[in-house]
Order: sequence, then C-alpha cells, then structure tokens
Amino acid sequence: MANLSVNIGNLHLKNPVLTASGTFGYGEEFTPFIDLNRLGGYIIKGTTLNAREGNDYPRMVETPSGMLNAVGLQNKGVQYFIDNIYPRIKHFDSELIVNVSGAKVEDYAETARRLAALDGINAIEVNISCPNVKEGGMAFGTTTQGAAEVTRAVRAAFPKTLIVKLSPNVTSIADIARAVEAEGADSVSLINTLMGMSIDVERRKPHLSTITGGLSGPAVRPVAVRMVWQVAKAVNIPVVGLGGIMDGRDAIEFMLAGATAVEIGTANFIDPAVTMKVIDFMEEYCTRHGINDINEIIGCI
Amino acid sequence: MKEAKDFILLENDHINANYSRLRFTPADGSKLPEILPGQFVQVATSTPGVFLRRPISINDVDTVNQTIDLLVRKAGRGTEALIALPERSHTNILLPLGKGFTCEAPAGAQLLLIGGGVGVAPLLYLGKALRAKGFTPEFLLGARSAADILELDEFREVGPVHISTEDGTEGEKGLVTQHSVLKSEFHRYYCCGPAPMMKAVAKVAKDNGTECEVSLENMMACGLGACLCCVEKTVKGNVCVCTEGPVFNIDQLTW
Repeated sequence: MANLSVNIGNLHLKNPVLTASGTFGYGEEFTPFIDLNRLGGYIIKGTTLNAREGNDYPRMVETPSGMLNAVGLQNKGVQYFIDNIYPRIKHFDSELIVNVSGAKVEDYAETARRLAALDGINAIEVNISCPNVKEGGMAFGTTTQGAAEVTRAVRAAFPKTLIVKLSPNVTSIADIARAVEAEGADSVSLINTLMGMSIDVERRKPHLSTITGGLSGPAVRPVAVRMVWQVAKAVNIPVVGLGGIMDGRDAIEFMLAGATAVEIGTANFIDPAVTMKVIDFMEEYCTRHGINDINEIIGCI
Repeated sequence: MKEAKDFILLENDHINANYSRLRFTPADGSKLPEILPGQFVQVATSTPGVFLRRPISINDVDTVNQTIDLLVRKAGRGTEALIALPERSHTNILLPLGKGFTCEAPAGAQLLLIGGGVGVAPLLYLGKALRAKGFTPEFLLGARSAADILELDEFREVGPVHISTEDGTEGEKGLVTQHSVLKSEFHRYYCCGPAPMMKAVAKVAKDNGTECEVSLENMMACGLGACLCCVEKTVKGNVCVCTEGPVFNIDQLTW
C-alpha cells in the first residue's frame, strides 16, 4: 500500500486528510459515523480567548452548490475548552488541531500560549480570515501588515506547528501567504469562506441576520484550487488546501495543485462519513496510478 | 446511536398536491435504532440545486415492520424532490436526531397535543407512545380549512380530537388558541406548528400555568451539533436546536 503520510512543518500526519474548523464540532459529534483515529488530524471549531455567543439566527442559507454561514465564532472560550473538552477528546490517535481566532492580536497570542501548554496539541491553525465577526478575524487577514502582525505575535507564543488560515477575500492571496511565511508560520491553509450574500426576494430581506456571510461548498472549489496553486508556487512552506472538497477526487485535485494536506469541511454536513471515503479513495488512487508515496503528486501541476 | 443508512421508499402516499407521507425501511434489512417521539431525521436528496440534507420530523415508527413515516410538506426544492421520490428508490437518512418530547407524566395526567399544519407530524407518534404508557392523549389540530387537516383518521384512533379551522369548515372557527378545549385543565401541552402558533400557545400555557413543550424547526445544515447554524436563544444562551432540541420546554426559551 502507498505511503499516505505527510508532514506539515514538524507535524507528522498519517494521511493528508484533516477536517475543516467549524464543520466538525469537537470531533465527538462524528464518532457514531467514523473512526476518528483514521484521520490525519481534526481541526476543531474556532476558539477565542473569551466565550462568544456568535451571531443571531438565522445563520445559514443554502445556495447553489453550497451554503452561506454567519455563525460568528460561537464558542465557550479557550479555558473552557482546556478544562472541559480537551480531556474528553485528547485520547484520539489523530492530530488534534485547534483553530484560534481573536478580536485583538494579544488575544490570539494569549489563546495560543495556553494551548501550547497542552501535550496533546502539536499544532494550531490561526484564523485571520473569518468573515463573520465585526472585530478581528478577516480584518487581519486582508492586509499583509495585519496578517504579519498576528503571525508574529502567535509565533512568539506558540513553539509548535503554526498554520495560518488565509482569506480568499483579497486581491493577492500569494502576497498574504508570503507575509505570513516571513513571520515564521510553518504552513498556510486556504481558503476560508468567500464573502457572499443572499436575499429572500419575497420578504425583501437578507437570508442571514448579518446580511453577509461566508460561502462554502463545491461552489467555491475552482477558486480554492486556483488559490492553492498560486500560493504553493509563492511560498516554501507546505500548503493545506480546502474549499468545497466533496470526495477523494476533489482532495487529489487540491494536492495536484500544491496542497500537502487537505481539509474536508461542508461535505461533513451532507455525509458525516465522507472523510473515511476520501482516505479510501487516496489509497485506491495511489494503487491505480502506481504511486508509492502520495508526496509524489503534491504540486505536480 | 445515530446512524446514516440507506432506506428504501416503500410507499409514497400523496395526500394532496402539497403533502406526502413517505414510508421508509432500511435497505439492508437491518433493524431501526430506538427512536423517541419528537426526534427527527436528515434526508439526503440527489436533486440538482439541492445541496444539504433536509430535516424532517418523524411522523410514525412501526417497530414490527421496521418502517418510519415522514410527513412532508412541499416548502421548497428539497421537500419537492422528496415528495416526487418514486417508490422503491433508495435514500440516505441520518437518524435518530435530537431530543424528543417528555413522555413521563403522573398517572392519569391530562395531556393535550396541539398541532398546526404539517406540525401535526410528530404528534401522531407521540400520541401513540403516550397511549402505550397508559395515558389518553387529546389532540387539538389547527388548519386553515377542513381540507388542510392531515391524518385526521389516524389521530382519532389514538385519542379525542378537537379541531380549529380559520374558515370554520370543521370544528370551531378560529385559531387553536381560541379553542374551548383550552379552558379545560391539562397537565402539559405539547405543541408543534408554525412559529407564531407555537408562540401563541406558549403564551396561553404561561397564562394558565400549564407546562408546555414545543418543537422548533430552525434552519439547519448538519443536524449533529457541528455547524452551529440552527441555534435558538435560550436562558442558557444560544444552543443548537438539532442536539438540545428540537423539543424545548418553553421555560428554557426567551419567548
């Protein structure tokens, strides 16, 4: 059988399949359907220094080949996670990666510092690309200065693998990626959701309480593949690709474009066992194409 | 335990142009998991233009024949596709999801199950479960007109049925909250229907001091508590309707 293991900085993944933050809860929600231990890793929901209630309902609307969401980083704060959730999920034989968000640079750094103390966490993903919060989030991720500033602060606070999640809502995502790389990020993941909007024409009102939201699902995939390809050419650190991956074929597409690992997001909502099928497909694909090591296909376009 | 499995559509009973009752059984002949009244399913569709699963409440469960019934109202592309499913077709269903109605009550307690429109769906299975526990549940069904009352014969087999129609073509004329049966004392109301109706019933319950459970149908994506899209504001903050509900005691809500 082909080698599926890949490395993201010092982080060793048994296969390239991760779950995208905000689509996989804390992993436990999916244990009735999958063996969590088979995943390369699972990225849990966006965690902030202090608890957040998130945005008002309605937060979601289905759109052509996708959905808009405006959850707004609802979570109980990093300390609640450390005290109550981490002990329940740390035993899985799969890399537990926490997605970190914040309204201020210091908040990012403090959250990262507290997570760094946990033995079971070898990596964090820093979210500078959430389109659904008023402060912070995407505001940092849309300028090279903002992205660099957050990365620098978190880098100083977190000595383990640091992945920075990039926003597609920029003119040149490659510029942002280079800025983040220059500040010591071990990897970049992309893309977060594309900012979108949908209106109920009968009621003449936006479908979301926040008016705009983040578009995900296969609707965004070609944009995501293009951006992964551009960023992979622009930086020397590994790229984690995501955006509308629905099956193994889509995951391979991202790897061919330059992704070392992939994240499965919205597809988890439709098929809670999709991640296992993606891993199975990768094995089958490698066998069928005579590939001994999946690293051979990364960025071959 | 939650499962995602393929089901075969055994019967598609087109009640009228807008409603269908779909009867499914596991395609692999396996047994259904234990399903509690008020729980729901997430049904996948493979129709172009429909991306997410559709949450549908469970209308009835037959543990002898291993079937579940879903009462579906044509509300958009997704439910339209479900109603159009041909018999014998296969559909992937996630079940059982959410927390159901409270089926415990003091012996001999008077229980009123209030439904409006397609919201009557979970009340049939609930009524049967309550009856199996020795209660005599009563139903109060509301509709615009006599022709819009769903499954009336089935409800009548379970317990006394009171009816409100807005046009007075059946039962008492008016809204369910104006029905005379609400003057009687009940231990608990169970309510499922359009949000304005549930809020009105909740107000009646608060005014006359009756315990009341309502079943919410907030828009959701995953149904598993992962996406945090279907939240309802409660006294404990925003909670997922798909895992903490869909049934809530009204004292948990901020209505």
